[in-house]
Amino acid sequence: MVPLSYYLVLSAVLFACGVAGFLMKRNIITIFMCIELMLNGVNLAFVAFAAHWHRLSGQVFVFFVMVVAAAEAAVGLAIIISVFRTRETLNVDRVNLLKL
Amino acid sequence: MPTSFFTGTDYALSLPMILLSLFGLGVLIIDLMLPAEWKRWNAITALIGLGFSTAAVMRIQLGHFADGRPLVGSFAYLSNVGGQVVGSVLMDGFSIYFFYLFLLGAAIAILMSAHYLEIEHEHHGEFYALILFSVVGMMCMASGYDLVLLFIGLELMAISTYVLVGFLRRDKRSNEAALKYLLLGAFSSGIFAYGLSLLYGLSGSTNLQVIAQALQRHYSANPKDPIAIVAMITTATGLLFKVAAVPFHQWAPDAYEGAPTSVTGYMSVAVKSAAWAMLLRIFLWGLYPLRPVYLPLLVFVSVATMTVGNFAALSQNNLKRLLAYSSISHVGYMLLGLIASDNITNKTGIQGILVYLLVYTFMNLGAFAVVTSLRRRDIIGDEIDDIAGLYSKAPTEAVLMLLFLLSLAGIPPLAGFYGKYFIFLSLIQTQHYVLASLAVLYAVLGLYYYMRIGSAMFMRPATDPEPVAISPGMQVALAVTAIGTVGIGILPEFFIRAAGWSLGIQQAGTSLLGFLR
Repeated sequence: MVPLSYYLVLSAVLFACGVAGFLMKRNIITIFMCIELMLNGVNLAFVAFAAHWHRLSGQVFVFFVMVVAAAEAAVGLAIIISVFRTRETLNVDRVNLLKL
Repeated sequence: MPTSFFTGTDYALSLPMILLSLFGLGVLIIDLMLPAEWKRWNAITALIGLGFSTAAVMRIQLGHFADGRPLVGSFAYLSNVGGQVVGSVLMDGFSIYFFYLFLLGAAIAILMSAHYLEIEHEHHGEFYALILFSVVGMMCMASGYDLVLLFIGLELMAISTYVLVGFLRRDKRSNEAALKYLLLGAFSSGIFAYGLSLLYGLSGSTNLQVIAQALQRHYSANPKDPIAIVAMITTATGLLFKVAAVPFHQWAPDAYEGAPTSVTGYMSVAVKSAAWAMLLRIFLWGLYPLRPVYLPLLVFVSVATMTVGNFAALSQNNLKRLLAYSSISHVGYMLLGLIASDNITNKTGIQGILVYLLVYTFMNLGAFAVVTSLRRRDIIGDEIDDIAGLYSKAPTEAVLMLLFLLSLAGIPPLAGFYGKYFIFLSLIQTQHYVLASLAVLYAVLGLYYYMRIGSAMFMRPATDPEPVAISPGMQVALAVTAIGTVGIGILPEFFIRAAGWSLGIQQAGTSLLGFLR
């Protein structure tokens, strides 16, 4: 039996990898994958807690997070395609018409 | 354990959302059959849907609150008295108040959009369907009492809004705004979800009330429990991202500037109110036991938000960007209300936030309606130069814009004053004198940048002679927002009472339920 803390550490590491990638990567697709990584860290935490508490609600939440991630990916990729059509680049540093 | 999971009461309580979803799908199907010149009917269908949904909300308000007893379903629970609530949806006065706010904001945004989208040659039915779907998401956020529903509502609203921001798909700025909003929005949702997972881990339940009880136990056992504090900070970060509070505000000016102007208006009122509804619900219901821990955080965020919002707005030359920063600073004032009131010993601040959000809906949508109407064939119309000399071209619009701006600055006879008044009152009631004086000083600063727009409209000559054309839909939108801005300023009683009613404040005088009926 693997203790709960192992899962939580792994989920925190996954989440931190996602956050670090989001902040450091410059390619839009990679940034988007980092967000998915964050959500997967969340999913792992939910599943681990659901097993710990012997309740299903955490696993149900994971399904909803997966649905949300899929919907976000669909909309996100559509937006990325339309950005690419008007600019021919996928580097966030060159998507800079609006001043930051 | 209930045997059936969706009873008749549940249908009655979720009817506003079901109706909006059906009308949203209906708009999508009808749009396929409409010839290009009839696209306006999509807007009318969407408005009818909002009307039906309003009727359903009224039915809940009048039918179910009449006898003062909570009706118990298994999915949705109606509560206007205390007691154990374990459903997914909590239908109390708070939810109902926000339902009306969302429906109002969406209706005005649709009225503003029809003509604008024709000018942009992007008049598609999907626009109205997305607005309706985002309202469904907002309703889930305001009435959700379960982490699952809150998260789904948040994402339904956010994903619809990403598409709305990028709706002008041939426009580089709109694309870019959608991209930035999407990336930062998804990022903040991820952080928020991580906080939710830790809250679930602490309590073993997704229900806000169970979470609050578990947090209470944790807090009394160990006030510095690191897991509870990390859970609170990540959840709060996600929420503060959504209301665009400093230091999580970077997306707001970009998304506001690039989005279609009517969508910017919609985002700054309805989307923001929904984020506020969820923030209040989580901070005051779910995370309430951690209040001593999150209070210093909120003080810092609120002061930073007022500072950055007001100072950054001073130097903006783009109207939409200026209003974006002004909306950030308004979030700072509203956070002060949350700092002052905990909704148990003092409710004035929360009541102030609710009043603020209502008057903000009117005055900010009004200001954005004027900016929207400046859009002409080849001019985006969102620079201060584009509004110069508006008084000589369209005197009525210029005067209305001045009213909205004065109201945003909080000048007494107008609605904006009452929003700020209650916030400051609650600060003084709870002896936060330093914060109150700071907020008043920043309010003075606000007057400067609002009046920059005012002086451009009245003092400077017009840059181009072309008259401003105002479509009938826009006229209705302007009339409604102007009546709201002036009306609440002159007769605030009803609206203040409505906000008090939604928080269950016992009020002297006429019975409030009778008053609202």
